[in-house]
Amino acid sequence: MKVSLEEVTKVFDGGVTALDGLSLDIEDGEFFALLGPSGCGKTTLLRTIAGLETASSGSVSIGDRDVTKLPPAARDVAMVFQDYALFPHMTVADNIAYPLRIKKVGRTERRAKAASTGAGLSLAGLMERRPAQLSGGQQQRVALARAMAAQPTVFLLDEPLSNLDARLRLEARTFLKKLQHDLGVTTVFVTHDQAEALALADCIAVMESGRIRQLGTPKEVFQRPANVFVAGFIGSTPMNLLEGECVAGEGEAATSWGHRIEVAGVRLPVPEEIVTELGPGDKVIVGVRPEYLSESDEGIKGQVEIVENMGTTSLVTLTTEGPRIQITVPEGREPEPGTTMHVTPQPGRMLLYRADDGELITSP
Amino acid sequence: MTPAQLVRRIGFYAFVAIVTAFFALPMLWLVTAPFTRNPSLAVSWPDFTLGNFKHLTDDPNALPSLYNSAVLSLWTMLITVAVAALAAYALSRVRLPGRDGILYLLLLLSSVITGTAAMVPIFQLMVKLQLLDKDVGVILVMTGGLLPAAIFILKDFMDTMPKSYEESARVFGANSFQVLGHVVLPNVRPGLATIAVWAVVNVWGNFLMPFLLYRTPEKQPAAVTLNNFYTEGGQPNLALISTFSLLYSIPVVIMFLFVSRRYGFRFHGGIKA
Repeated sequence: MKVSLEEVTKVFDGGVTALDGLSLDIEDGEFFALLGPSGCGKTTLLRTIAGLETASSGSVSIGDRDVTKLPPAARDVAMVFQDYALFPHMTVADNIAYPLRIKKVGRTERRAKAASTGAGLSLAGLMERRPAQLSGGQQQRVALARAMAAQPTVFLLDEPLSNLDARLRLEARTFLKKLQHDLGVTTVFVTHDQAEALALADCIAVMESGRIRQLGTPKEVFQRPANVFVAGFIGSTPMNLLEGECVAGEGEAATSWGHRIEVAGVRLPVPEEIVTELGPGDKVIVGVRPEYLSESDEGIKGQVEIVENMGTTSLVTLTTEGPRIQITVPEGREPEPGTTMHVTPQPGRMLLYRADDGELITSP
Repeated sequence: MTPAQLVRRIGFYAFVAIVTAFFALPMLWLVTAPFTRNPSLAVSWPDFTLGNFKHLTDDPNALPSLYNSAVLSLWTMLITVAVAALAAYALSRVRLPGRDGILYLLLLLSSVITGTAAMVPIFQLMVKLQLLDKDVGVILVMTGGLLPAAIFILKDFMDTMPKSYEESARVFGANSFQVLGHVVLPNVRPGLATIAVWAVVNVWGNFLMPFLLYRTPEKQPAAVTLNNFYTEGGQPNLALISTFSLLYSIPVVIMFLFVSRRYGFRFHGGIKA
């Protein structure tokens, strides 16, 4: 079911504003990620949807129903907590069947439902165990099974993968995506891990201090971060953000088409679609991902400082006249530290942000 | 092992043996005296007679008083556990300005309430409430005395339980009482057991309050009845006292064994660092 938030603000008793007039629409059946650094309000937002926190102002609706003032029980959602919150005194079967126990479903029907739901998540042999006797991955599946047994209209997952070790996390990620796809139920999850959000979600909301800084598909968020904050947050290797200035071309090129961006000692052409947005003297921040820089004969000149092996690629850090620049090079093409290198952004991969407010400069 | 170590070790065990004997002798007396015809205060080889038990059953108040003690203990225990569980849950989860201060104050006052200092006011209160010589009166006074400490201990147990358990149950639709019954109480069971045992032992051994508040000998619990065993000459009747003491201590020992088997004898919780 669709989840809509309108101008939701949450101020805690201590005076901390966790959500600041936030509006958001989550489509039916969507796998939606709330992504942001710790303290950005993403968990509060999830808890506000669940009803564990009440919005100070604004409204929350699920489907066509306004649930702003409703208690969690009346919202028809299921939540999987970061620590899974499995009841330690109940067996796996009793845990999974707990939502049905609340709904006064009979004991035999409950057992049957728990068994079938558990079997669907490969928990069949573990039904009589206690949560403490399960591995982290198994505990997570029990928590998911319990949420599924409630047959909610919306799933809420709070950092679903953060309690698993690195290898298991990848497995669980694939599993989770498939599960969500098969169930087709609207799912909102919270994460601080950008890779997790990019891999799982249909749509990502990147949050910072109680506001959404960008809303978009993983592709959009990765390729065209809307501002410097998102640019710096998304990507396993941080984007190069270099201060630059727009300068006028000379002679015949002294029209807006001739404008150049002066950055780290070189002049780069302004991307065509935004030439009219810039004039000489404008301060900008040039954003380009290490993956989107390539070696060239001319371009930004730098000296190789550090080479970090990342498997199929290596991350090279260059010192330039200006700030440090990072570039990834393919296997077998690693330069020696101390050598000189010229790099230039791949066509169409350079993004320009306004230096004053950090927003992406887009075509009008 | 060098001779010095040997000597030290022997010395240590000798010391332990002496200390143990010092504390064990009264216990030994408690086991031998009931089976001796005319026990003195010294420990002696028993005659293995059951005559003292026979004499005890002749006393109209002796055995019923054990029953009275059991009734008092169980009721006080039930009320204490029930009320403390509710109060501790509320205090653990609701933010209240000065909450910890209130708790400490209660704890402090409670040690006064069941104590000698409050004897007169409690007596007067019970007279006014017309609860003198009634089981309800004694149970209420004892419960009141035990509650603060019980709440304090139980709150600590509840504080250590992750909030996500309750929130999870709430999202699935449980109301407050279901959360309490399905999730909170089962998770603090060791705490409830601790409180229950402690309440029973406390009431079972309490002399002052029942002594003060009961008028009729038939209603008195064992701790007070023990005070009545005198010979016609006005001397303490050691035969009856020892026999009755043995019977009086057995339930507590059994309870200790049961709890220790079930939960292991450790007192959980208490004061946080």
